[in-house]
Amino acid sequence: MSSSKRSTIIVEHLRKQQMWDAISKGKRLDGRNLNETRLIEIEQDIIKKANGSAKVKLGNSEVVAGVKVETGEPFEGLENKGALILSAEVLPTASPYIEPGPPDEETVELARVVDRGIRESSMIDLDKLVLVPGKIVYTIFVDCSIINTDGNLFDATSYAVVSALISSKLPIFEIQDGRVVDTGNSQDPPITTIPISITTVRIGDVVILDPTAEEEACMDARITIATNSNGHYTAIQKGSTGAFTIEQIKKAAEIARIKGEEIRTKLKELPKTG
Amino acid sequence: MSQAKNLINGSGRRTDGRTADELRQIKITVGVVKNADGSAFIEFGRNKIVAAVYGPREVHPKHMALPDRCILRCRYHMSPFSTDTRKNPAPSRREVEISKVMRESLEPALILEDYPRAAIDLFVEVLQADGGSRCAGITAASVALADAGINMRDIVSACAAGKIDNKIVLDINDTEDKEGGADMPVAYMPHLEQVTLLQLDGILTPEQFNECLDKAIGGCNMVYEIQRQALMQKYFGNETELKEEQ
Repeated sequence: MSSSKRSTIIVEHLRKQQMWDAISKGKRLDGRNLNETRLIEIEQDIIKKANGSAKVKLGNSEVVAGVKVETGEPFEGLENKGALILSAEVLPTASPYIEPGPPDEETVELARVVDRGIRESSMIDLDKLVLVPGKIVYTIFVDCSIINTDGNLFDATSYAVVSALISSKLPIFEIQDGRVVDTGNSQDPPITTIPISITTVRIGDVVILDPTAEEEACMDARITIATNSNGHYTAIQKGSTGAFTIEQIKKAAEIARIKGEEIRTKLKELPKTG
Repeated sequence: MSQAKNLINGSGRRTDGRTADELRQIKITVGVVKNADGSAFIEFGRNKIVAAVYGPREVHPKHMALPDRCILRCRYHMSPFSTDTRKNPAPSRREVEISKVMRESLEPALILEDYPRAAIDLFVEVLQADGGSRCAGITAASVALADAGINMRDIVSACAAGKIDNKIVLDINDTEDKEGGADMPVAYMPHLEQVTLLQLDGILTPEQFNECLDKAIGGCNMVYEIQRQALMQKYFGNETELKEEQ
């Protein structure tokens, strides 16, 4: 059951006041402008046991994503498509407020929103990942471990998944005598587009990009927007208990398109390791 | 997704005979659950959803209570018989997420500060699902909250818009959701003119995005009128009839 809760971190009243003062003057407490994202550091192929992996640091938020490829049965209703399964876990290492246990609703939302951004853009052409139509398909698992949290896990996790998928090599499976055999060779995944997620939050009447944990604790409402390489919108999720005006949403959508293109260029320029 | 054709026929009609700007039939009945403090039953196309509100009441477990305001707890659940193939009654990840976005779409309308240390429990049960159940659920839930007499800033009306055959249409049904190109559920407070829920899956160009958002909000305003009528019917039913007779 979903329930209202206290802020995840307690920001002292004075600190909040300081933040509002700064934001109303167009500056943030960490010195950024309102529309400035934090530095993104990406390391690909850090887990050799995985078929693809990436570690992304967005400011102090840190996420590792790993790709594992197997074969299996297709999903019901999607018999002629490969399966893509995405999970996320906020590890107990991530902050003093996280306890081990089954995922809470925020983690479920995180995994589902990141999944939507990747899936709805058709980043991976799942039609090309079928071995025996209706029976055996490639199953791509992308599992994300959040190691440290400092806000905006939606974008950090999404960038980690995208970078891990770009870095991945799919093993080539074949059917021999009715059995699945790993040929020992590998291929590039069928990537059609690069989805980029951009999260903006509203604090009072001001809309800011890429919030830190402290800013998230003061936010009224959040919106995460994913765009594909054509600059088309592929997934949106509004979150938190506040509301947006129509103008604020249209402005956030515009910013997501422009900033998304900047970050996409950065991801494309990554040296191909592995 | 997205390559299916013929969701709109030659004369501009959709699979269920509607035009692009037409809502499905909506019927809201207020006060259907006798034991609840407030309730509503909505038939939204073939969706059949009951929403019941208990509270404000004491919080159990006690440590969940907040000193300065009321907590809102929300459960969205689908009955096992509500879908084509039986749904496992255990809450799925989808239901966990919808419970959360539903709560977040209703909280802005509620004046929770008026009931410190208390809880409002909201149960939304989907008896039959037909695409757009979260919007229908939010619509019914906000009527149930109003029926429970909870202090509210505005009512929340919800409606989806989406893309089928590369055309933006209002109120996507089940078939259109599965075979169409995009689905955008929106919840809106009609008087405060604020959006409290916005989701999208599917691909929209920037122009289509603006058109889709505007269309969904137009739909929310139509839904609002039906919510208002339903509440009027329960609380002023006979009076309105009397006035009309005179």
